[in-house]
Amino acid sequence: MPLIEVNGIKKVYFDGELQTPILHGVSFVVNRGEFVAIMGPSGSGKSTLLNLLGFLDDYTDGSYKFDGIEAKNYTADEIAKIRNQKLGFIFQSFNLLPNTNILENVKLPLLYSDFPESEWGERAMKAIRSVGLVHRALFDSAKISGGERQRVAIARALVCDPEVIFADEPTGNLDSKSGGIIIDILQKLHEELGHTIILITHETDTAEHAERIIRIKDGFVESDTKVAHPQRMGEGDLDK
Amino acid sequence: MTIKHSIQTAFRGLETNRARSLLTILGMVIGVTAIILVMSLGQGAQNLILDQVKGMGTRTVIVGGGREPTGPSDAGQIFSDSLKPRDLDLLNRRENTPSVKYVMPLVFGAASASYQSDTYNLTIFGVSPLMEQIFDVPLKTGAFFTNEDVRARAKYVVIGNKVKTQLFGASDAVGNIIKMKGNNFRVVGVLAERGQDFFNFDEAAIIPYTTAQDYVLGIKYFNRFITEASSDALVPQAASEIKSTLREAHNITETDKEDFFVITQVDLAVRLSAITSVLTIFLTAVAAISLIVGGIGIMNIMLVSVTERTKEIGLRKALGATDKNILTQFLLEAVMLTGIGGVVGIILGASLSWAIATGITRFTSIVWTFSFPVSAAILGISVSGAIGLIFGLYPARKAARKSPIEALRYE
Ligand SMILES: Nc1ncnc2c1ncn2[C@@H]1O[C@H](COP(=O)(O)OP(=O)(O)OP(=O)(O)O)[C@@H](O)[C@H]1O
Ligand SMILES: [Mg+2]
Repeated sequence: MPLIEVNGIKKVYFDGELQTPILHGVSFVVNRGEFVAIMGPSGSGKSTLLNLLGFLDDYTDGSYKFDGIEAKNYTADEIAKIRNQKLGFIFQSFNLLPNTNILENVKLPLLYSDFPESEWGERAMKAIRSVGLVHRALFDSAKISGGERQRVAIARALVCDPEVIFADEPTGNLDSKSGGIIIDILQKLHEELGHTIILITHETDTAEHAERIIRIKDGFVESDTKVAHPQRMGEGDLDK
Repeated sequence: MTIKHSIQTAFRGLETNRARSLLTILGMVIGVTAIILVMSLGQGAQNLILDQVKGMGTRTVIVGGGREPTGPSDAGQIFSDSLKPRDLDLLNRRENTPSVKYVMPLVFGAASASYQSDTYNLTIFGVSPLMEQIFDVPLKTGAFFTNEDVRARAKYVVIGNKVKTQLFGASDAVGNIIKMKGNNFRVVGVLAERGQDFFNFDEAAIIPYTTAQDYVLGIKYFNRFITEASSDALVPQAASEIKSTLREAHNITETDKEDFFVITQVDLAVRLSAITSVLTIFLTAVAAISLIVGGIGIMNIMLVSVTERTKEIGLRKALGATDKNILTQFLLEAVMLTGIGGVVGIILGASLSWAIATGITRFTSIVWTFSFPVSAAILGISVSGAIGLIFGLYPARKAARKSPIEALRYE
């Protein structure tokens, strides 16, 4: 069942008189439960595309249907709710709240959700457990490593049980070992819990953990291929 | 998002920048303290004045020469010379003024008194012995001059308590001679200490009005007639009898041509409290300006904070915060800043006012009662809350309207 359908989507950045067209008409469909990697040269519009899919930015033309409904037909409050309940974001630069411990960072989306407060602690701890950071739950977010921060970000993205997780170069700021752990976690979320994941990456190695790779170039889809045998990390050393 | 969590979030926001939050609050604290102080002291002053006027006796009716002064700039009118000895005679005839118990003429002027090498500037009151009953001024030592002395233009003087201390120190005053306007006056009495009162008798020299008119002031008229109605109920009646008697004597037919004025103690109380009210309102308005300055400070800090936390705003939106959630968060931060400032200001203002009241009462002869109008507290709280809302709204809207992606990209 299609969760995301984009059809001839275009994006032009306007800066006063200056118009910068980035996406010239991108089309593809992502079904529930898929793990898709988006690749392409720097500046090709990957992040731009992901921001459109994540309701963080508006598209200029074309059609984007989320859950069967054209994105432009959602009201601002519905969009906030979708971001809260159905989407999870993982950014390259982690974006944790400073001076705030891990548990509270993970709880942040719950503040804006309809889940009763009595469930918050349990939900947050479950998400933290799934990224293997239970022993750090009360650490300040500034006092943990980059890899751990990104795992906190994953837990935060998971806490409301979203339909889809968007990850924009989640390993971009990490060494290969920490990066590997992150990809492993994402892969397990997909395989074991059935999460839909859309991952942007530069590295073919990383991309090959997905089931499908969409390549973007010059604002168009260059190729859209299945990965015959998705790679797998060595058995995870998660809760080390 | 529940109110509880909105408040928690706002509080955490303020906590992150504790020093800055405290400095911002300070602006509000000063403003609210000033308002509370002014209102509280104004109320105290009003109570004091009312007490003093009441001390004059509720039956007192004052007649003055000239048109009634309409304001401070009009004060020259006080020295008008329309009240003549003939008027005194007419008012003293009970067939003219049946509701009046008695009439005391009053003249006054500034003079300096000297004894040996000491000199003191005081006010001379020329009165009759009725003074003792009308103003209830007990003597500490000596005795008041008599009607006989008034007729004889005796150079006798009863001095206020402060005059006595300044000129004689601890030694006896009664029986000694002081010099005023080139005349030698024998001190016959010293008033008991009065404290702050309407006429400031502590710094006065009280002499027979005849002596004052002829030897000291050189006038043939009276400044005032202090009269007393025979009962509280007859005060208005007495006032109108006095008016019609004087009108007839002065051949006046139109009210606005009157060359004298009649005020009762009630009139006076109303008028004086009106003056303090106006003063209080004026000073409160001045203090309110500092609140506006405080509000602008809040707005400034909130704008800085919104810019600094652009990325946080973007993140919150990406995680599902609505525009309203963000607006509430920043508005609450502003209102909490001003609200805390308001509460601290009220406490501080009330404490200062209490300290001033206690200080005045202890170190001066004035009995100043601390009063803290509830209206001031309500005003302080609501004004500071309103300032948070007003000056916090613009920064909060700015925060709420940020596009999530631009906010997230902000470095
Ligand atoms: N707000 C903007 N206004 C104008 N141009 C923009 C804006 N945001 C991005 N761009 C431009 O759009 C192009 C695509 O940017 P985007 O971030 O989508 O690239 P990307 O594929 O994610 O690149 P990278 O791999 O380096 O992250 C870039 O050339 C960028 O300069
Ligand atoms: Mg990018």
